[in-house]
Amino acid sequence: MTAAGFPPDEPVAVMFANRVVACSAAARRGGVQRGLRRRQAEARCPGLQLVAHDPDGDARAFEPVVAAVEAFCPRLEIVRPGVCAVATRGPSRYFGGDDALAARVTEAVAHVGGRAGIADGSFAAELAARAGRVIPPGETPTFLSTFSVNVLERPELADLLHRLGIHTLGAFAALPATSVLARFGTDGLAAHRLASGEDERPLSARIPPPELDVTAELDPPAERVETAVFAARGLAHQLCDELSARGLAVSCLRVEAETEHGETLVRRWRLEGATPLALAERVRWQLDGWLSDANPHGPTAGLTLLRLVPEEVLPDEGRQLGFWGGDRALDDRAARALLHVQGLLGPEAVTTAVPTGGRGPAEQVQLVPWGDARAPTSSVLAVDNPVYGRYPPPERGEEPWPGRVPAPSPAAVHVHSIRAEVVDANNEPVTVSGRGEPSAEPSRISVDGGRWTDVSAWAGPWPVDERWWDPEAHRRRARWQVVTADGTAHLLAIEGGRWSVEATYD
Amino acid sequence: MALPQRAVGEGQAAAPELKNLARPVSLARERTLPVLPALAGLLPEGGLRRGSTVAVSGATSLALALLAGPSQAGSWCAAVGLPSLGVVAAAEVGVALERFPLVARPGDEWPAVVAALVDAVDVVLVCLPRHVRNGDARRLMAKARDRGAVLITTGGSFAADVRLAVASSSWEGLGKGHGRLRARRIDVVASGRGAAARERQVSLWLPSADGGVEAIDRANARCLVS
Repeated sequence: MTAAGFPPDEPVAVMFANRVVACSAAARRGGVQRGLRRRQAEARCPGLQLVAHDPDGDARAFEPVVAAVEAFCPRLEIVRPGVCAVATRGPSRYFGGDDALAARVTEAVAHVGGRAGIADGSFAAELAARAGRVIPPGETPTFLSTFSVNVLERPELADLLHRLGIHTLGAFAALPATSVLARFGTDGLAAHRLASGEDERPLSARIPPPELDVTAELDPPAERVETAVFAARGLAHQLCDELSARGLAVSCLRVEAETEHGETLVRRWRLEGATPLALAERVRWQLDGWLSDANPHGPTAGLTLLRLVPEEVLPDEGRQLGFWGGDRALDDRAARALLHVQGLLGPEAVTTAVPTGGRGPAEQVQLVPWGDARAPTSSVLAVDNPVYGRYPPPERGEEPWPGRVPAPSPAAVHVHSIRAEVVDANNEPVTVSGRGEPSAEPSRISVDGGRWTDVSAWAGPWPVDERWWDPEAHRRRARWQVVTADGTAHLLAIEGGRWSVEATYD
Repeated sequence: MALPQRAVGEGQAAAPELKNLARPVSLARERTLPVLPALAGLLPEGGLRRGSTVAVSGATSLALALLAGPSQAGSWCAAVGLPSLGVVAAAEVGVALERFPLVARPGDEWPAVVAALVDAVDVVLVCLPRHVRNGDARRLMAKARDRGAVLITTGGSFAADVRLAVASSSWEGLGKGHGRLRARRIDVVASGRGAAARERQVSLWLPSADGGVEAIDRANARCLVS
């Protein structure tokens, strides 16, 4: 949620398929919960900001938080992007008690508005984290007893309990377990266990397979990439032998490098069908990117340590390439090159375009980072409407977009619209009235304060009034196609009396 | 030698394919990537010769149209340094978007990015920065020649094998306050080195009324949009 760029004290909810999947603390205070419909959430919390669900982005944004928490306790479980749980017994002994541990974790994640709480069981701990509290051992049932049954996130059960006059977890926990099982079934019993401060299941913290790590200490420190890559090749061979002896294949590799001055660079690589050569290549790319002059955070000394850690391993099922090379090999080759470029410039730098619905040339495609799912996710929230059906439609097909700029589409779509001025024959600026009537025929235009050129042909205005239901995204403008005397064709837009060049038919 | 990308089928249909594959040397004609038929007249071998460079000036859509042929034949294409590329226009002219990664802002790293892509992608479209170091240009051309990829450049100056320039262009379909842009007629002049040294001129509808590319027969040139 922090990734969406909202301040932490603003009510924000993340929507997917018309349901709330996550919400900020302020929204929760306003009564918003996971699982609510959009209409219900807005009714409970006026001024609620809605953002579309982006699981890949969430996971990416959450990664630094996980890394920060991992510094205290390596065995953690990510409940979902935004929530992670750790078993505190060991770490709190080390850091001097639950309170000290909670304070340290809170401090480490404070920069993203994260909070920590400690209680018996992950359900109670999540509630404690929302309140930023540390519940002493054994007092969890008391802590839970004041919460409303809504926090169980079982809306139907909560609704029924309210109607039975059971409003708090304490009252629910006071019911005998056998009666709960008889009346509400196994799911009800699981909820009852949560309400009594017991957990559904023990924490299944991920234990990395430490015996698979391979490390090389470089003495003397490697000053050149080539030296480090040579060492990495040996490591890669060792790792591949180790893996193949166990019948495993690595699908995600972590490469760690450390310099004499203690600087470290850690990066994860997703790979398929790792050979020693492919692994060594990853190390080379990573070091190339790190050591390149353009990187301001480059290392200041030689490399002393290289470590290859298989993050994810899976049973090796072998790989079959297409006969005569085939398309598959071609795709893999391209994918590897793109990964390399992502290593140089960062994951967001390489994009692929996915067609989506829209009117303007910029809205008809969406650029997603390479490697993310190519599913078209619209920035418009999905709305279920009994009359018009689902909006926007789930896939781009032949669905109509009235007012869409007709094909052929412009070959240059300006990322930031370029300012323009348009005047009529009397040198008066051309305007478009609220009813879509132009004040006069355009006669000359000037792009970005440049030379005035005569307009030889034009069409418009084509008024569009988009997303009027959303005050933030609402846009009202009129588009024109204009050909100037020198043969250039532009797509112009006037919005709020200001002209801009949206695209050029280059 | 670049292997054909189609797997061999069964029976008799496979026989000529196998014969091609078994042939030890590859002729220049086989080392070309197909382009849309309308553009074949611009290029000396009737296609994009692998390892060559093409400099396009005057129209982004012409560069996109060059990508369309290889892309439809299953090749990967990539665009580097074109933040304002009209991807919809690319799709309309025939570029397969799922095989068309974009690196919009490579910054100073652009030679490294292009070199990485040339390794694996058949056609790389690059918008060159204003100043290109001679060494970078030479290295990239050598790399493209070595890997059998085609570099298409826009902007900047580059000693390319083939240079395509738009001599004139005029839009059809838009009137004084009515109609819409329907098609553009452009005259493209091709020049270059070696086989491309003889200057050729071709008139095209780009985009044509259906969004693609169409050659204009000079003998009976007619108005596409009445």
